This record gives sequence, C-alpha cells and structure tokens, in this order.
Amino acid sequence: MGEVIIDIRNVYKKFGDRQILSGVDLQVYKGETLVIMGGSGCGKSTLLRHMTGAIKPDTGSVYMRGQDMGELNEDGLDALRKKFGMLFQSAALFDSLNVRDNVCMPLREHTKLDESIMKIMVKMKLELVGLRGFENLMPAQLSGGMKKRVGLARAIAMDPEIIFYDEPTTGLDPIVASVIDKLILDLSNKLSITSIVVTHDMNSVFRIADRIAMLHEGRILQVGTKDEIRNTDNPLVKQFINGESEGPINFFMDSEGYLEELTK
Amino acid sequence: MGNIFENIGGGVIGTGRRIIDVLALFVDVLYWIFVGPFKGKAAKREGIFEQMLFVGVKSILIVFFVGLFTGIVIAMQTAPQLDSLGAVIYVAGLVAVSITRELGPVLTGLVIAGRVGAAFAAELGTMKVTEQVEALEGMALNPVRFLVVPRFLALIIMLPCLTIFADAVGIFGGYLIGVFNLNINSALYIDTTFRFLTAKDVVTGVIKSVVFGGIIALIGCYYGLNTRGGAEGVGKATTTSIVSSFILIILADCVLTAVFFFSDM
Repeated sequence: MGEVIIDIRNVYKKFGDRQILSGVDLQVYKGETLVIMGGSGCGKSTLLRHMTGAIKPDTGSVYMRGQDMGELNEDGLDALRKKFGMLFQSAALFDSLNVRDNVCMPLREHTKLDESIMKIMVKMKLELVGLRGFENLMPAQLSGGMKKRVGLARAIAMDPEIIFYDEPTTGLDPIVASVIDKLILDLSNKLSITSIVVTHDMNSVFRIADRIAMLHEGRILQVGTKDEIRNTDNPLVKQFINGESEGPINFFMDSEGYLEELTK
Repeated sequence: MGNIFENIGGGVIGTGRRIIDVLALFVDVLYWIFVGPFKGKAAKREGIFEQMLFVGVKSILIVFFVGLFTGIVIAMQTAPQLDSLGAVIYVAGLVAVSITRELGPVLTGLVIAGRVGAAFAAELGTMKVTEQVEALEGMALNPVRFLVVPRFLALIIMLPCLTIFADAVGIFGGYLIGVFNLNINSALYIDTTFRFLTAKDVVTGVIKSVVFGGIIALIGCYYGLNTRGGAEGVGKATTTSIVSSFILIILADCVLTAVFFFSDM
C-alpha cells in the first residue's frame, strides 16, 4: 500500500438528536479508488463532506496529507480544496452559467490563464466526458446524465489529485452509468488520481473499486478488496451486496408495535 | 400555559440568533470589501456590474411609477386642506420635502425589497438547496465574497440613485397636479419648490436609502444562504426575507428620522 492521503480517525458527528457518524476510522491511500457503500441515510454523504472540509467532526479528526482539517483556517482549507474536485449528487452546476463557464469557473478564479487557453482546456475536459460541442448550452437544457458529465468535467478542470464522487451513477440509465464508471476508472488509471466514491449502486461498486468500505449506522463494518467483500462472512455486508430484503438489516419497524399503532 | 411561554421564549431566542447571524454576515461582507482586495481576493467587477444592472437599471420603470403616483397623491391629498387656509401654493414645498425626506427613500426601499431582495433570497436559496453553494465552497470560492458582496455593493450604490430618481419624478408628479389642476403658475411652482427644498432634505433621504440598501441585501442573502428543505424552503425564505426587510426598513426609517430630528438635520 502506498502513502496514506486521507486519514479519518474516530469521527463522531451528530445532527440535532440524530447520531450520524459514531466512531469512523478509515484510511485512503494515494492513487486508489475507494468506494464507500451503505444504505440510504447511513452517513455516507456526511462522511464524504467531512473529507472535503464542508463539515467538521464533533469529535475525532480528519487528516489530509498529515494536516488536521479541523485546525486549518479558511485559507489553509482553500489551498487544499484547490487540489481536489467534487462531483455532486445533483451535479450542482451553476444555473446562470452555460456549460463552458461552468467548467471554466475554477480556472477563471484560481489561475491567470489567458481566455483562449482556458477555452482549449474546457474543450479538452469536455472531450474527456464526451460532451465537446455542448459548450453553449445552459444546464437547464441538459439531461441528468449530461449534467453529471459536465459536473465531472468541472471537477477535473483544475487537474485535481483527489476527486470525490457523491453517488455518481444514481438515477442514470445503465449505459450512462457505465460510461461514468469508465470515466472514473480512466481518470484514476491514466492520471493516477485518488478517487473516493460514495454509492449504493452495486454494479458500479464492483466495476470501479480498488477497495470497498461498508458503512452501516455510522460505523465502518468492513474494509477490503473486491474479493474480500464478495466472499465476506459478515451477514450485514452479505445482505447488502446481494440486495436481500430479509436479513440482519431490518427495513421494517418492529412488527409487534405495528398492530398496536394501527389499533390505537 | 407553559407552552405559551415556551413559544415566546423560543421565538425571542430564534430572533436573537438571527440578528447575530445577520450581523456576522455584515462583518463578513465588510471584511471581503475592505480586507479581501489586499489579499488579492476582491469581488469580481463584472459580477458587481451585472447586479447593478439588475438592481438599478431594470427597476427604473417601477420606481418611476411609484414616485410619480406618490407625488400626484400627496398633491391631491393636501391641496384641499391648504386651499382652505388660502395657502395652496405651499403644495409645492410640501410635496418636495415629504418626498425627498421620507416617501422617496422609504417607498423605493420597499419596492426594491419586494423586487430585488426577494429575488436574492429565491436565487441564493435555490443555489443552496441544489448544492451549488457547497460546490462554490468546494472550489475554494467563498460564497460571501462571490454571491453576497456583489449584491450588497450593487444595492448600496443603486438604491440611492433610484431614490434620487424617485424624488425627481415625485416632485414632477406634484408639479403636474399643481400646474394643471390647481392652476398654479409653472414658474411659481418651481420657484416655491426650491425655496423649501434644501440640500439637507435630499441628503438625509439618500443616507436613509444607503442603509435600506444594506438591509435589503443582507436580509435577502441571509435567508437565501440559510435555506433548507427544497422548493418549500425556497418559498419560505423568499417570503420571510420580504417581511423582515419591510419591518427593518420601517424600523430603520424611524430610528434615522429620530437621529436627524434630534441632531437638527
């Protein structure tokens, strides 16, 4: 294993009365693709936001390249943020800007490049996601899959070292989903970018992951390679990857209380 | 019974917290205006101009009508009273002073709060719930510097301009009634207007409008950036921002008028 690039140590986080993360420990190695999977509402996105510095942990710490993100000031955090890209669940394109300006935004703000060079760079990034020629469209004119691809082009605009993906394939048709997966693979193989992917799309998990971490009720259940996860002994992980409704993870509330509540 | 006190207490605490939050936002805005540029992080000029266009130029028509009709109404409302005293010519002075000191800045402020403040809250609120604000942060772009500062500057620059425009149009409205309905001689009306109107009247009105501009921008952006809960949240943020701006504008008007009154301005 290579160098640890992100080190999450014993992170706890509470929103109101709900305990979202209860003692998460996780290491991300340089150049790998780590998939964090888990059911809806298990704290995957919250964990991701801890890594980007958008949320600070209640207790515990997140180290990025050895720096404690909780102790960095705004400037220090911004310096780190310039080195990573993020693809949001809803793509989060700026509605008021067209595709070109969306992708261009980080370049325009953080570099002093000439407008013509930026134009070329935008073309190259859009070519990577297969959307060259769509520069002048507005986000409202794009389909969901196209938005995600533009979002990805924007995420890689600054040639980041780390990319965070928040449910990159959720809500997309299988073909677009596999295109996105291929892009994620390409980026990490060709440019040796570290990728952290949050998803519950099982096809995608086994296509892209180097390592998989299963998050359940705010804790990491198991971390391992694809094969280790496939042949797991943990009944919770087994139920999740096979998508079974019966098992240790209870979807329904207690059945005894149900009757009582109905007849109350 | 306990519930009532709980609700009142909760309301007071909530309002107190919001006031502190808005003041914190104000400090943040001042930081980005005065300190940010020295760190090479000034707000973009294009962004400010774009907002000035939206706030100022595109509001001219409604401000024109509000100013004109207000002038006309004041002239019509006061003419019979003054006429019974045989002093109908003083309509000119009354219109000029009441418009420039009070109605020009306040009505323009309210109209702009409804048009621009609401738009800020809705736009920023939508950006917030669709993760666009977080995307900005993720790109190491501070949302206050990027979204709030241009809007704040645009408003404190353009609202005084709109107010002066409303003043002029309002006085013109009074002139229309004075000359064409009350049959005051045109030259006499203009002369009387300027006999009563002092620079102080206009200046105090403009000072008010700068404060109102700040209020509208901060409240609109504050509620926008703190939106939660999808489309419903955006709607709620928009209405709350308008209501809060209206109340604060009237309150600030009262305070400022008192200050001017007691300091003899």
